[in-house]
Amino acid sequence: MKKCRQCANQATLHITEVLDGQATEIHLCEKCAREYLEDAESLDTESIAADLAAKLQELQSGGDDDLGRMTCSGCGITLNEFREVGRLGCPFCYDSFRDELRPLLENIHEQVLHTGKRPERSAATHDDQTRVLQLRKEQREAILKEDYETAAVLRDQIARIEAMLHGGGDSSAPERESEDE
Amino acid sequence: MTSEHDTAGFLEELSRTSGEWLKGDGPDADIVVSSRVRLARNIAGFPFMTRADDDVRLRLVETLRRAVLAAAPDEGLQFINVALLDEMDSQLLMERQLISRELTVMDGPRGVIVGPGEHLSVMLNEEDHLRIQVLQSGFALQECWNMADALDTGIEASATYAFDEELGYLTACPTNVGTGIRLSVMVHLPGLRMTREIQKVNQAAQKINLAVRGLYGEGSQALGDFFQISNQVTLGCSEQELIENMHEVIPQIVGYERRVRELLCRENRQALDDKIARARAILTGARSISSDETLHLLSSLRMGINLGLVEDISIGDVNALFVHTQPSHLQKLHGGPLKTAERNAARASYLQSRLGSA
Ligand SMILES: [Zn+2]
Ligand SMILES: [Zn+2]
Repeated sequence: MKKCRQCANQATLHITEVLDGQATEIHLCEKCAREYLEDAESLDTESIAADLAAKLQELQSGGDDDLGRMTCSGCGITLNEFREVGRLGCPFCYDSFRDELRPLLENIHEQVLHTGKRPERSAATHDDQTRVLQLRKEQREAILKEDYETAAVLRDQIARIEAMLHGGGDSSAPERESEDE
Repeated sequence: MTSEHDTAGFLEELSRTSGEWLKGDGPDADIVVSSRVRLARNIAGFPFMTRADDDVRLRLVETLRRAVLAAAPDEGLQFINVALLDEMDSQLLMERQLISRELTVMDGPRGVIVGPGEHLSVMLNEEDHLRIQVLQSGFALQECWNMADALDTGIEASATYAFDEELGYLTACPTNVGTGIRLSVMVHLPGLRMTREIQKVNQAAQKINLAVRGLYGEGSQALGDFFQISNQVTLGCSEQELIENMHEVIPQIVGYERRVRELLCRENRQALDDKIARARAILTGARSISSDETLHLLSSLRMGINLGLVEDISIGDVNALFVHTQPSHLQKLHGGPLKTAERNAARASYLQSRLGSA
């Protein structure tokens, strides 16, 4: 008897997924299978994540360890960490790992140039977007070192850029107090 | 703005009503149960979830909530703080397709904003900062996209999206980058399953990069005859091209299913009548019934209605039963947790109250 892929229960349902012309069987208990069917998003991400891991493995087979230690300056994630989880750390990762991601994107989408909808703003603020990510990373590092003075200075800098990026203008006074803890 | 009390009332109301996208109207609604468009978006200057601590997540919820509510101030949107919900209530939202499984199991500040009639839901802090989802009854992808597109443009007025000139909208997973769009339709194909023609549908869809997924029981026993068809590519095609792609393949599948049903009606009428009558008899007469048996039997009943073999039950009622016979809906109705055996009994009595003749 097969075990459920999501939990320890006995699998009673077998889902056949057809992706890229390949049929794969997934074994689940009734409860998990319902969740799986109802939630097509998790279905997307889980099957694709497995697929992605395989593709990432291929890319890694160059065996270049230095490449794996390459780090995104926006969030601190390494290429190896991305390969493990299949999720990037921040928008700037797409700049940091641009060349490394390209074969993966070609593999998934065949084409690599966006032709759909475009937001009206964004491009003009690219440098601020990157800067605020880096400040956030520094802030986290400062907190880890218990350097709260630096963290506070960074927090104010972040708030200023945020207010500019996301309008509102009241970002320096977040409504945190009103939130239920 | 939205107190816990409001949320409790909203959830209570939810357990008694059903979403408008289950009404069973709209184009080809006999076969296409529902259409859905999902947009993945992230806010510039914030890390993705893998690198976001609770502080950042809280800032995100605040920023996103403000931006979404400002984009549609008159729409009567309801914010729900998912981090504060107990398991039953978050499961209820999941059974309702308003949130994903991932959002129910993850930790930290997160939420969902729901529109009236449940056409619209926006998840905050799921895999991406924003997941805008629009659901409609029947084959109505264009309508879904128009609604999602308008809200998306509205949000952009007060928040800057993470966007790259070459790669489009940047997402946590490279499989969603570009348009960030996932189009999907849920189709009910009992005829094609019964005649074992479903494999051809798979093959046809694969040729144009669509994914087909179905749920099967032990062995060859079909559980629900429901299949989800969605696009896989998100980069390099415009939203409109992706919609057109679906418009090429879905009508073919719908036509195919209709022809098979006609054939079954002509040549196997007696067996078909029997199958549907038995399904109805068990659904109304059982004292205890599991969710997979329910799904299986409701599928037969649904086809019976489509073929005019059952005339006193509407498609909308059957669509709603698929949702209302799920665990959290039954428990909400009961007013507390139920063990599996109790749930099966509660399900049977609920079905009888809905389908049994007076
Ligand atoms: Zn399980
Ligand atoms: Zn990064």
